[in-house]
Amino acid sequence: MTDSPQAAVAGRTAPIRVVLAKLGLDGHDRGLKVVARMLRDAGMEVIYLGLRQTTDTVIAAVEQEDADVIGLSMHNAGHLALAPRIVQAVSDAGLDVPVVIGGIVPEADVSALKEMGISAVLHPGASAVAVGEAVREAVRGSLGDQPVHD
Amino acid sequence: MSGVPVDPVYGDGPLPGEFPYTRGIYPEMYRSRLWTMRMFAGFGTAVDTNGRFKEILRHGGTGLSTAFDMPTLMGRDSDDEVWSAGEVGRAGVAIDTLADMEDLFADIDLGSVSTSMTINGPAIVALAQYIAVADKTGVDRAALSGTIQNDILKEYQAQKEYIFPPRPSMRIVTDMMRFTTAEMPRWHPVSISGYHIREAGSTAAQELGFTLANGFAYVEAAQAAGLDVDDFAARLSFFFNSHSDFFEEIGKYRAARRIWATWMRQRYGAASERSLMCRFHTQTAGVSLTAQQPEINIARVALQALAGALGGTQSLHTDAYDEALALPTEKAARIALRTQQIVAHETGVANVADPLGGSAYVEWMTDEMERRATEIFDHLLDLGGGSILEGVYEGIDNGYFVGQIADSAYRFEREVNDGTRIIVGVNAFTEGEDGDQDGANLLRIEQDTEDFQLKRLAAVKQGRDDEAVNRSLEAVRHAAEDPGANLMPPIIEAVSGYATEGEICDALASVFGRYVEQAIV
Amino acid sequence: MTEPGDLLERAIAGERRALGRLLSLVEQGGEAADEVAEMVHDRTPGEAPVIGVTGAPGTGKSTLVGHLVKEMAGTGGQPAVLAVDPSSPLTGGAILGDRIRMDGVAGGRAFIRSMATRGHAGGLALAVPAALRLFEACGFGPLVVETVGVGQVEVDVTRTADTTVVLVAPGMGDAVQANKAGLLEVADVLVVNKADRPGADDTRRDLEHMLDLGRITGLAQDWRPNIIMTTATTGTGADQVQNAIQAHREHLTETGQLEARRRSRIHQEVLDRVTQELDAAASQYLSTQPAVLTEALAGRSTPAATAAKISKRLLSNQPPS
Repeated sequence: MTDSPQAAVAGRTAPIRVVLAKLGLDGHDRGLKVVARMLRDAGMEVIYLGLRQTTDTVIAAVEQEDADVIGLSMHNAGHLALAPRIVQAVSDAGLDVPVVIGGIVPEADVSALKEMGISAVLHPGASAVAVGEAVREAVRGSLGDQPVHD
Repeated sequence: MSGVPVDPVYGDGPLPGEFPYTRGIYPEMYRSRLWTMRMFAGFGTAVDTNGRFKEILRHGGTGLSTAFDMPTLMGRDSDDEVWSAGEVGRAGVAIDTLADMEDLFADIDLGSVSTSMTINGPAIVALAQYIAVADKTGVDRAALSGTIQNDILKEYQAQKEYIFPPRPSMRIVTDMMRFTTAEMPRWHPVSISGYHIREAGSTAAQELGFTLANGFAYVEAAQAAGLDVDDFAARLSFFFNSHSDFFEEIGKYRAARRIWATWMRQRYGAASERSLMCRFHTQTAGVSLTAQQPEINIARVALQALAGALGGTQSLHTDAYDEALALPTEKAARIALRTQQIVAHETGVANVADPLGGSAYVEWMTDEMERRATEIFDHLLDLGGGSILEGVYEGIDNGYFVGQIADSAYRFEREVNDGTRIIVGVNAFTEGEDGDQDGANLLRIEQDTEDFQLKRLAAVKQGRDDEAVNRSLEAVRHAAEDPGANLMPPIIEAVSGYATEGEICDALASVFGRYVEQAIV
Repeated sequence: MTEPGDLLERAIAGERRALGRLLSLVEQGGEAADEVAEMVHDRTPGEAPVIGVTGAPGTGKSTLVGHLVKEMAGTGGQPAVLAVDPSSPLTGGAILGDRIRMDGVAGGRAFIRSMATRGHAGGLALAVPAALRLFEACGFGPLVVETVGVGQVEVDVTRTADTTVVLVAPGMGDAVQANKAGLLEVADVLVVNKADRPGADDTRRDLEHMLDLGRITGLAQDWRPNIIMTTATTGTGADQVQNAIQAHREHLTETGQLEARRRSRIHQEVLDRVTQELDAAASQYLSTQPAVLTEALAGRSTPAATAAKISKRLLSNQPPS
């Protein structure tokens, strides 16, 4: 028995629910806001947590809001420190929720982030279609990894 | 270059140096004095940055620019486990206590340098620490010269580095204005910054309108606190962005000078000429830099720098081409400086004041920028029942600023998405991307800085008189509760006893509360 | 897949994500929602106080709710919040941002669930009471429902509350505007938030006048809403709001109206459900039996006459001819 997002996605017509947040002190939220609108316009429900969240507040929101995916914005070269923290927190909470990162991330770090367990990395300038697709793909991908129980 | 003699200025009508200063604040502009090439720097420990400062002074520089790390900018100590871990010394220098400020300016005569401090939420603590260093080294407060950004209004609108809610924050700013007016006549207590408003996604006209409105709000707040406009207005300065739409930017700078002069004279009763002059620093648009084909950013920066010079800026910071990827490398920072040196010394644009004045298009664009900014002022006056200050509070509260900026940012993004706006290397002309982002050339800050700072802070806390610190924090709280008190003296007292920045901000927050953003997306 | 029964057991044991998942099930409606409703029925005496909070955008609802739930948690309660926001009518998507300020104040002391209206009033009308019962079954209470007082749908949601708090802020969406929008008539407690602002006293006076002159229609005859001045940014006055809510609840209990309100809510919920079922049946009938429209489409019969014939058939459960 696992709580894969299967239960929340398969067979339901309800919109995908995304928790969007920024960890740490950095206040650059232009990208996060643009992505929030893109996802809303793609028919998703965005639980917008905004700035200065901690792994605890993000996990609490994912649990209470039954979110299918976490979107985090990174800007201040903190991604290599913050990414493992959120991945660890998700796993500690026993959740199978994929994490997508957006922001200023050097290409060279992308594979390291994916190895840490990040589902997708979106760079500045990513189109609305690409953003929506990456989120959908992340939700789908996390389903694919799960054995489906009846 | 070919020896054709040119006059300092062409045209007639109000000339540069004449009200309303549309064409510049000085009659001969850069012929009399070139713009200041200010480069913002600093990371690592206070000791590291002190070394860099001394090097600048050895090379004849007199201006020291300080960048602080994120915890310091947000009023958090380096040992705050929730908020500071991983951020200490990363984007600037970490200043927890007076000891760090003493390290930062060790062996530097504060009476003979000019210091710029880019800090807002906890600016009052940083200024108090700077004053305390002067007090301890026997430098007269009146001899201190410099600028502290301290523009809290744009934090709620764009940069989001706030601590307390808007009204108590404005009380802090006015306390600082009162204090510096009385004791530090060479200090610039607020640098009103449109730069971050633009970076957050606003248009040029919004940057102009919001920034000047914030300026008027500070004037109204200071007047309400009993200051005479001519006693402080000359020490207000501005900080604008220079983005890629060349003529829009130039029109924006020209309109800013005209609007400021006109409003200061007519609405706020300023009589002194210096109160009417809009002096500003310019920085090229960090947000316009692309991660794709990063070298072509050098061309963007050059054109943006040129717009700043043609717009009559008093100082200029040019961005490094690799800033879209990480903190700038030394080489990239040097190229950025060389870029503005080329604009200053090779292009000849500095030979004539306002060389574009009189161009039908530039004059129209200037008028258009003014018209759009005026619409914003009208809206704020409406919101505030005739007061710009109240209108700005209301606009922060009801999400006007944040919403307008988010709308503009989204529109821009959609235009890039659907190709109606071309960004070279991003959505057009993408061939030639060599993928040279292997990370080897990118600057990364090591963990050592954080470890060093944590030890430093622990040692300072060990060595201080905790009881005296608690008493001084109680005095800070007490002053915060009394709207008639000035917060500067008790905070100078607290920092002098090595109370930390975090402790002082906590004391203030216990009275003022902490600001939480609204989800205006 | 995890069964609702298993989820409920875990949710009752305090597992947040199990409750989160169950809330999704009741929000979707349909069979799974009904199954959950059956399971929780025995555990929901309907005793948990339900407080509705509404007001125009920007009046400071989320911050005030944050302070209220913080107080509730401080006095031994286990508060839960349902924050309702509109979905985009164009795309069906939504940006739900109430958690930021609510949790910014409450600091994790409340279970907060954001709910989008998802474009159909009927669905929301059923999902909100179902979610509230689920909260109660899992030991939560008091329960707070926050809505934006912009549309009838959002205002209607406050009918699920025992006590409704309406926020007004000086200078914007002020008392007169709020009254025009029909907001004041659902008020059991009136709050003038941003009391530190110029104009706050004027707003209070306006509200007093309206109450004195009977300008607010629809208010209960035997209860005059208290007007509380608050500054949500600092939490000033939140305790008085709490007291006013308590006073209103005592009034409801003493006068027997608490029970009356509970009965009227059940009545309304049954009616809402019947309406929804009939609506669905009618839609299905028309789409599977397009021939019944032939007469009306050809102009040989009025739409009203055709509808009357169909309704009669549907309600008497006759097979289509």
